[in-house]
Amino acid sequence: MKIVVPVKRVLDYNVKPRVKADGSGVDLANVKMSMNPFDEIAVEEAVRLKEQGTASEVVVVSVGPAKASETLRSALAMGADRAIHVVSEDEVEPLAVAKILKGVVVDETPDLVILGKQAIDDDSNQVGQMLAALLGRPQGTFASKVEMDGASVLVTREVDGGLETVRLALPAIVTTDLRLNEPRYASLPNIMKAKSKPLAAKAPADYGVDITPRLKVLQVKEPAQRSAGIKIADVDALIGKLKELGVA
Amino acid sequence: MTVLVWAEHNGVALKDATLNAVTAAAQLGAVHVLVAGFGVDSVAAQAAQIAGVEKVLVADDAAYAHGLAENIAPLVVAVMADHDAFVATATTTGKNIAPRVAALLDVAQLSEILSVEGPKTFTRPIYAGNAIATVESSDAKLVITARGTAFAKAEATGGSAVIETVSGAGESGLSSFIGAELAKSERPELTSAKIIVSGGRALKDADTFAATILPLADKLGAAVGASRAAVDAGYVSNDYQVGQTGKIVAPEVYVAVGISGAIQHLAGMKDSKTIIAINKDEDAPIFQVADFGLVADLYTAVPELTGKL
Ligand SMILES: Cc1cc2nc3c(=O)[nH]c(=O)nc-3n(C[C@H](O)[C@H](O)[C@H](O)COP(=O)(O)OP(=O)(O)OC[C@H]3O[C@@H](n4cnc5c(N)ncnc54)[C@H](O)[C@@H]3O)c2cc1C
Ligand SMILES: Nc1ncnc2c1ncn2[C@@H]1O[C@H](COP(=O)(O)O)[C@@H](O)[C@H]1O
Repeated sequence: MKIVVPVKRVLDYNVKPRVKADGSGVDLANVKMSMNPFDEIAVEEAVRLKEQGTASEVVVVSVGPAKASETLRSALAMGADRAIHVVSEDEVEPLAVAKILKGVVVDETPDLVILGKQAIDDDSNQVGQMLAALLGRPQGTFASKVEMDGASVLVTREVDGGLETVRLALPAIVTTDLRLNEPRYASLPNIMKAKSKPLAAKAPADYGVDITPRLKVLQVKEPAQRSAGIKIADVDALIGKLKELGVA
Repeated sequence: MTVLVWAEHNGVALKDATLNAVTAAAQLGAVHVLVAGFGVDSVAAQAAQIAGVEKVLVADDAAYAHGLAENIAPLVVAVMADHDAFVATATTTGKNIAPRVAALLDVAQLSEILSVEGPKTFTRPIYAGNAIATVESSDAKLVITARGTAFAKAEATGGSAVIETVSGAGESGLSSFIGAELAKSERPELTSAKIIVSGGRALKDADTFAATILPLADKLGAAVGASRAAVDAGYVSNDYQVGQTGKIVAPEVYVAVGISGAIQHLAGMKDSKTIIAINKDEDAPIFQVADFGLVADLYTAVPELTGKL
């Protein structure tokens, strides 16, 4: 069984994003970039399936600028076998990413594609569902548990009311939620080993995908700032405030 | 413009999220509501009463009973032939279905819009709400998820829409529903609660969380939320999580107990009208957004507060 895992290079989740003064976007110059946290979980899940003997090969894919190869190397260091880098210095919207990934899936014919549920930069939460649609395959989004079961996969999904389990015919698309697993740190020997794992460079045109944006960003601005209020002395003062607010 | 709104329901009753989507849709054009499910006459009747809804389209089929995106998306795509936009609230259901519809229509999706600025222009949060983008679509049709807290609820009654039947391809054979473990609670629902009491990692374990947070929530008639750390550590189940990747809430009063205020948590609650924080660390980032901050050990402050209320 082969697994494809798409990974995105994003602003590290610990870094506070700063909006550029000209309102054109978020400043990404000289800030720490990392693998999207949900994608680390996706890589971890795939690598575990390989370690259990369920999967035979894990292929990671990233669509993005030259530096995205670093993200792919991190995934290889976690245990993925090889990488495909679809190079684009321009921003690629979720629909075009899904179209490129469709091309990769058609070439690779994996049984499972595991993506993150959401990239923490654009917060779109779209690519997995779009890929499933374009391939005409089932989707198990927001997964907190993935169990292979013959020609199908059981996915436990985190939904607003609690948990829901669905059975999907393979090949299937799964997107990860935070509690699926705890991603490992790559060991130094594995980081060294990752340097010699295969990494193929491709272009969106290799998959016949037009990446012209459909959405025009007119402006990016800071949200309305909340200012810090006051410190209150004790519980009695707090009760006073709750009374003023009409809730106590 | 004619807009198709996704009716969120549990098979028996319409959910409030539908009312938020109707408000967002009404800013774009005439509102039709799609009720897809199995044995959903009562839901359709309810949808027909929403103020401002012109038409209710009902797709009644066993294939639609559990909202499986594989079955629902082709239905929505078929109905979209006569509509210009599809709007769902950004719940886990809306987020599951809408992108599948968008890809089948070959259009970009606008996720979690906060406002309608023009017929094709919207604002939406990016980077956990640390930036707000104004985006304009160039697609012929729009597929939108709307943040519930950003759009007031439409009036649930007062309307008298016509009800029509529609049908789709039905069962895709790609997926099946096995079961659900849905939390049952007498408490108000998080996303529509007026008051929320949330607990964080400081609550130690499930029993301590229950013994500390629940009595306070009961006294205040509040819904209960949690940070991801509390959910991860198993103090409460996932449906309590507030934040960038959990639920987005905007109650009148949000009480954060033993929560540090990581940006991912703030992303889910910083639009609350009044924020109260109880934390023993006076430098905790939560105090930078709290209207009222009490620097105290929660194990003395919370029982005292509960006792005196
Ligand atoms: C991709 C991603 C998505 C995420 N999404 C979310 C999300 O949606 N929601 C979310 O909440 N988090 C999310 N997180 C996690 C987030 O980064 C933080 O780790 C988390 O919010 C911390 O939870 P906490 O405040 O409960 O714990 P901590 O940060 O550990 O804070 C505990 C606080 O309790 C205080 N405290 C301890 N003991 C006491 C006491 N006795 N009395 C009073 N105060 C006390 C401490 O001073 C501290 O401030 C996400 C992280 C990632 C990587
Ligand atoms: N440029 C990209 N390259 C590879 N994978 C991506 C890319 N963008 C998004 N993805 C995948 O799709 C998931 C959801 O992203 P999004 O829909 O943008 O929130 C991510 O967690 C990744 O797994």
